[in-house]
Amino acid sequence: MLRKGIALAALGLAMLSAPAALAAGAAAPVKHVEYSFEGPFGKFDQAQLQRGYKVYREVCSACHSMTLMSFRNLGQKDGPFYDPKYPNPNDNPYVKSIAKDYQIKDIDSETGDVIERPGTSADRFPSPFPNEPAARASNGGALPPDLSVMAKARHHGPQYIYSLLTGYKEPPAGLKVGVGQHYNPYMAGDVTAAWSGPHDKVPPGGFIAMAPPLAAGQVTFDDGTKSTLEQEAKDVAAFLTWASEPKMQERKSFGFAAMIYLLIFAGLLYASYRKIWKNVAH
Amino acid sequence: MSGHSNYEPKTGIERWLDTRLPIVRLAYDSIIDFPTPKNLNYWWTFGGILAVCLGIQLVTGIVLAMHYVPHVDHAFASVERIMRDVNYGWLIRYMHANGASMFFIAVYIHMFRGLYYGSYKAPREVLWILGCVIYLLMMATAFMGYVLPWGQMSFHGAVVITNLFGALPIVGEAITTWLWGGFAVDNPTLNRFFSLHYLLPFMIAGVVGLHIWALHVPGNNNPTGVNVKSKEDTVPFHPYYTVKDGFAIVVFLILFASFVFYNPNALGHADNYIPANPLVTPAHIVPEWYFLPFYAILRAVPDKLGGVLLMFGAIAVMFVLPWLDTSKVRSMRYRPTAKLYFFIFLLACLILGYCGGQLPDDHVIPHLSTFTLIDADLNSFVWLSRFAALYYFAYFLVILPILGLTETPLPQPESISAPVLSHPANAPAGAAASPEKRG
Repeated sequence: MLRKGIALAALGLAMLSAPAALAAGAAAPVKHVEYSFEGPFGKFDQAQLQRGYKVYREVCSACHSMTLMSFRNLGQKDGPFYDPKYPNPNDNPYVKSIAKDYQIKDIDSETGDVIERPGTSADRFPSPFPNEPAARASNGGALPPDLSVMAKARHHGPQYIYSLLTGYKEPPAGLKVGVGQHYNPYMAGDVTAAWSGPHDKVPPGGFIAMAPPLAAGQVTFDDGTKSTLEQEAKDVAAFLTWASEPKMQERKSFGFAAMIYLLIFAGLLYASYRKIWKNVAH
Repeated sequence: MSGHSNYEPKTGIERWLDTRLPIVRLAYDSIIDFPTPKNLNYWWTFGGILAVCLGIQLVTGIVLAMHYVPHVDHAFASVERIMRDVNYGWLIRYMHANGASMFFIAVYIHMFRGLYYGSYKAPREVLWILGCVIYLLMMATAFMGYVLPWGQMSFHGAVVITNLFGALPIVGEAITTWLWGGFAVDNPTLNRFFSLHYLLPFMIAGVVGLHIWALHVPGNNNPTGVNVKSKEDTVPFHPYYTVKDGFAIVVFLILFASFVFYNPNALGHADNYIPANPLVTPAHIVPEWYFLPFYAILRAVPDKLGGVLLMFGAIAVMFVLPWLDTSKVRSMRYRPTAKLYFFIFLLACLILGYCGGQLPDDHVIPHLSTFTLIDADLNSFVWLSRFAALYYFAYFLVILPILGLTETPLPQPESISAPVLSHPANAPAGAAASPEKRG
C-alpha cells in the first residue's frame, strides 16, 4: 500500500510538474550534451571550469555582469581554482592575482574621493556597465542579463546555454529579422509576427539581440584543449552551472550520506514495527 | 485529553506537578496511553508525517528569517547569499522550499484518506472543519512564502492572486489596496507578506493543537468506519503507532531527501531565478503545483468574479461536507458505488491539476480541431477543466447527498476485531488499503 501511495504521489508530481517544463515558449528542444556534474554522483571537472571561466572573462564579461560572484568564490571548494593548500580561498595566490588585474571603484577613506584600486579576493566581479541605461545604450536597447544564476533560470540550464551559443543559424527564407536582431531557434519567444511563410511552419525559437559571441579559436585554452565553438560553449555552460550552484557537489555528497542514514533507520524501524506488532491480530 | 485517564504519577515531583498543572498527564493520555484502533493502515500515518512537515518548515523558516532581507532591492540576492555564504544555507533553503511541496503532498493524501473513509462524519465534523481551516492557512502561507524570493514568478504570481480580490464588488478595490499597502505590488507588499508568512505558521500550529484535541475526543476513525466497541479493538498509541508512524515518516523523508539533495529545483519554476521585474511579464504565469487544480477552476469560468467565487467555493464546499453526505456508512469499503465515484473524483482533481499547468486554448489531443463551444474549441484544456470542475462540485453537491439515500451498502462488520479475528485474509477486495496483507 505504501509503495502504491508513493508511486501515486510520484505520478501526481510528474503530471503536475510536467507543464512547467513545457511552458518555456516555442523554442527548439535543447541539444543533448553530457556533463561530468550530472547524476547523483556527478562532480565538476576543474579543468573545464577553468576553461569556462576564461571564456566568461574574455568574452561574456564584456557585456554580462555576475553580481553575485566574488573573486574568492573562484578559489572555494569545488571551484575552478580551488587548491587544497589554501582552504581559505582569500589566501589562494591564483585568486589574488586574478583579482589584482581588475581596477575596483572605491572611496578613499581619508579624503572621500572616488578612487580606483586593484581588486582583492573579497571583491565582487565588477560589472561591465555602471547602470542599466548604460548597458542598454551600448547594446542597441537590449539588456544583457546577469549571469550569476543563469543555469538555474532556464529549463535544462546547461544544455540551454550550450544550445543557444552554438545554435545561431541563417534565418529561414520568409523570416524577417529586425536591425540589431539575430535569429536563434533555441531562444524563447515567438517569431510568428515576422514570418511570411506557411502558417503551420513557423520556425521555432525567437530573436536575440546578442550577436553570435563565440567562434572557433576565439579563446586560447591554457591546457591545450582545442578551441572549437562547441568546446567553448560547453565549458562556459559548465562554468555558469557551477556559478549558479557552487554547492552542488557538497549537496550531492551530503545527500548520499543522508540517504544511507535514512535507509538504515527505515530498516530498523520496520524491524521494530514487525516485532512490536507480532502478537496483535490486525 | 478527555475521559478516563490511566496516568499515575510515579515520582514526587510528578505528583506535585500533577495537582498544579497536569501537563505530564496530558502528554501521557495523548501520545502514550491513547487507545487507537488496531486496524489503522498506512494512509493513517500522514497525520504524523504532517506534524513533522510543520516542524521542519518552522525550524528551517526561523533560521532563514535570520538571513533573509525583506526588501525589493535585496530579497533576491539575500536568498542566493543564504545558499552561497551561510553554512549549510543551501540545505536549509532547499528543505524549506521543497518542504512546502512535501507538506502539500502529505496534506492532500491526508484529505483524500478522510474523504474515502468518511472521517468527516459524526462525531468528527469539528475535527474535519479544523482540518479545512489548517488547509486554508497553509495555502495562504505557501502563497506568501513563494513571493519572498522576489523572482519573476513571485512578483507576477502575487500580482495575479492579489488582483483576484479586486473582482469582488464594492470592497474589492479596497481589499487589494490594503493587501498591497499601496497601489501596486511593491516593497510594502513584500514587507507585510514576510510578516504574515512568519505569523501564519504559528496560527497553523495553534489550530493543529485544536485538531488533535478534536481528534482525541471521539478517537480515530478506522478503515472499517465501525466505532470502537471494546478494549479488544484498540492498542495503546505507544509503542504501536509511534513505531508505525515513525517508519512511515522516515520513508516519507527519503522521498523528501531525494528532492532536496538531487533535484531541489524540480518542483519550482526556472523563471523564479530571474529577479522580479514589473516591466517584463513572463510568457506564462503558473502557480506552484499544489495550487494548479484551483487555478484551473478559476480559469474555467469566463467571468472573473464567477471564477474567483467558484475557486473559493471549491474550498468552501469542503467545510459543509459533513452535512452534504447523507450516508450513515463511514467507510467506502462498504459503499461500492460511492467508491467508484470517489475514484472518479480523485481523477477529476488530477485532471484539474494538469489543466492548471497548460494553456487554456491548447488542444488536449494534439492536432485535432473539433467545434467551438461558447468561447473555445471543445478539444481544449479550458473545456476539460470545465468538465472536471463540474464533476468536482457535482461530487459534493449532488452525488454524495443523493447516493447516501439511494445506494445499498455492503454489510459492515460487527466490530473492528470481528473481521480481523474471523477472516484474517478476507478483507473486502479493492479497499484502498488492506492492512491484513502486511504484518
